Amino acid sequence: MPALGRACLILAVGIALYGVVASLYGARARRREWVDSGRRSVYALAGVLTVAFAVLEAAFLRSDFSFEVVAGHSSTTTPIAYRAAALWSSQEGSLLLWVWLLALWSSLILFVTRRRAREVAPYATAVLLGLAAFFAGLAVLMADPFARSSPIPADGVGLNPLLRHPSMMIHPPMLYSGYTLFTVPFAFAVGALITRRLDAEWIAVTRRFALAAWFCLGVGIVLGARWSYVELGWGGYWGWDPVENASLMPWLTGTAFLHSAVIQEKRGMLKVWNVSLVLATGILAVLGTFLVRSGILDSIHAFGASTLGGPFLALIAVMVGGSVALVVSRRAQLRSEHRLDSLASREAAFLLNNLVLIGLCFVILWGTFFPLISEAVTGTKAAVGPPWFDRYIVPLALMLVLLAGIGPVIAWRATSAANLARSFGSPVGVATGLLVVLVAAGVGRPAALAMFCLGAFVAAAVAQEFWRGVGARRAVSGESPSVALAALVRRNRRRYGGYVVHLGIAVLFVGVAASSAFQHARDVRLSPGQSARVGGYDVTYVRPTSRLVGEKISLGAVLDVRRHGRHVATLRPTRGYYPSLDQPGLGAIGRYFDGQATSEVGLKAGPTQDLWTAVEPDLGPLQRFIAAADRRFSNASPDLQGFIIAAIVQRYQDAPPPATFRLIASPLVTWIWIGALIVMAGGIIALWPAPLSLRARARSARAAAPAVSGEPERASA
Amino acid sequence: MDPHRKRQTRLVAALTAALLLAGALIYTSFTASTQAREPSQLARSARAGQSYQLTGRVVPGSIHRLGAALLFRVRDRRGGPSIPIRYTGAVPDPFRDGREVIVDVRREGGVFVGERDSLVTKCPSKFSKAESRQT
Repeated sequence: MPALGRACLILAVGIALYGVVASLYGARARRREWVDSGRRSVYALAGVLTVAFAVLEAAFLRSDFSFEVVAGHSSTTTPIAYRAAALWSSQEGSLLLWVWLLALWSSLILFVTRRRAREVAPYATAVLLGLAAFFAGLAVLMADPFARSSPIPADGVGLNPLLRHPSMMIHPPMLYSGYTLFTVPFAFAVGALITRRLDAEWIAVTRRFALAAWFCLGVGIVLGARWSYVELGWGGYWGWDPVENASLMPWLTGTAFLHSAVIQEKRGMLKVWNVSLVLATGILAVLGTFLVRSGILDSIHAFGASTLGGPFLALIAVMVGGSVALVVSRRAQLRSEHRLDSLASREAAFLLNNLVLIGLCFVILWGTFFPLISEAVTGTKAAVGPPWFDRYIVPLALMLVLLAGIGPVIAWRATSAANLARSFGSPVGVATGLLVVLVAAGVGRPAALAMFCLGAFVAAAVAQEFWRGVGARRAVSGESPSVALAALVRRNRRRYGGYVVHLGIAVLFVGVAASSAFQHARDVRLSPGQSARVGGYDVTYVRPTSRLVGEKISLGAVLDVRRHGRHVATLRPTRGYYPSLDQPGLGAIGRYFDGQATSEVGLKAGPTQDLWTAVEPDLGPLQRFIAAADRRFSNASPDLQGFIIAAIVQRYQDAPPPATFRLIASPLVTWIWIGALIVMAGGIIALWPAPLSLRARARSARAAAPAVSGEPERASA
Repeated sequence: MDPHRKRQTRLVAALTAALLLAGALIYTSFTASTQAREPSQLARSARAGQSYQLTGRVVPGSIHRLGAALLFRVRDRRGGPSIPIRYTGAVPDPFRDGREVIVDVRREGGVFVGERDSLVTKCPSKFSKAESRQT
């Protein structure tokens, strides 16, 4: 089977290279059959990569340790769901996942556009296949997922315990889908620049892919944050780690593009800006993939194989150089068809929103790469921490939320003073009212206060838009409110889906602001019966817990949580210990206590406040028993060793030493996740296909004015 | 004001604002950054009170608890002398013997005191084949 997988990969490289040549030749020589052949080679590529992916996935599910990558990342004791996900925990498997997803999305876009964008599509095909050839080539030459084990081990190393979380099954595929989907608009932008077809057609054909990329990447980022919050034992959801930042940057530029693309579609403006944004987003997506693998920056994430850094740098250099050359050489065709009429217009609000998003991206890029910059400038490697990021991110985030409220209600082209008053009266009134209430209640953190008020402003603005839209429909059709609302959203999915996204972003930022500004955290050492107070909660360590599940030792605590003397929750944080596989010096018993540890947090989540608890048991008093067991039972049968381990674990429960607890009370954390769900709901509304009748009308409009760029296709969004 | 002049004024204002912001960004990043050092460098030349970002590997067998504080030693990735760390705060799950860590420290006498909650342990989760071979 490894031979079949490897053959598929080699075939994939050949198909991709052939497709590049066929597409370019067909486009240059105007030979339709070669263009079609190039497009079909993408379908063939998707086919062979699906076989390769299936071969590797089957090897993981069957625990076929003749595959080196299976032996290194899975085991017979790894639960089956995690065996399936272990494929992308490896460098080799994740590269295969990347190129497979790229081939699938490329096939989809080229199938959808097989009768559209005929001039642009062949070049886009060549770009997509070029990227596929690069990644498949890397897999063949430098990170072979089908390498054979020699000798074949009886069992594998197993999936790293830290990765045994349900998010492992969704988080990486969502991130990779986001990265690979962003290469689709990138490829079509390159095609549009090469062919000088710089009207809005390339935007229209790739719009839904850009939206899907934004959606998938966003979901991946939030899942990562949630995973970090409940699994990694530090109580945070974002740490400005380079790898986290790498996923956020293309999401920010992608968000900017989704807004500015509307202006090009409606007004023929911002053409240079749009192609630059899309090209930057595509490059940042590859940069993100590069950062995870190159090891050039210190990150919480490990980078075992750094040999891929060189090829990635070369690819990024080609992408940056080619993009700049194309934009500069096509600047005459990229002139705007209209000018900005007024600063009090939706165009101006979108432009400002773009500048803020790019500002955010630049700050993050600078902070992420600052260790390299400082080393180049001063000769000394230095890093900036979360306080530096917060100094810039907080004001920019406030501006972003403000604009999320302004954008939906301000008119296109220009707005009169009377219109401004009519549009903003209610939202400003709601925000001002909340400000008065919060100040009266003694809320003292200015940044958080501002974010709460801006969140209310956005919610009121969005509610007003829905209210007015429903009112207008009812006035014409006499429908009931619910029918009118459904019809309104159904006929304008992109617009109203976007408003829902704005609402979700505001809710999410309110959660971030509250949980950052008003968090109470304590590290305490408690014996059973002792209590500690955090954020108004009295937490009592009632008793220790211990369990032996398979190879995992789980030591924890039962915590009684009271507020104002009343019992509110019983929490059971635990710490799981998996046997060490990479420290041969440890004894047969000791390796069960000195291996990888993972936290299962005790969490009381609520609409107003989360109480987050993690425990770190003190294994010190057990060490003499473990050492003695190592001396006496090293060569004992596995059953006897298991009995001894169980006895030591029981010893912990019978005579528990003080344990260290991290207790965090964070207000409104739940609203971060609720905000993210609202954003996802808005994204799904915007992505959902429009009714057939509206799509037919949009097609007629396109057929009537094929070369005109400016007309919107709002309903077909 | 004629439209051309108006556009020019807007452009100049926008560029000036962007330059000022970029200047602030660059200035603050250099002044607010923490120098990254390896244990052998700190053992030679750490100044008392100065904050450093320490990157190194936890010496196996050196981790001990003293009340709420965590005591451990860190050495360069390639080996060499180790330095003692006293740290209080959140300890990431991946932290253990032999792991690479990043922690902000200040020298206080003969000990390096870790800044609260600044300890980052490299997660061996992703692409760890080469890593596990080294350890």
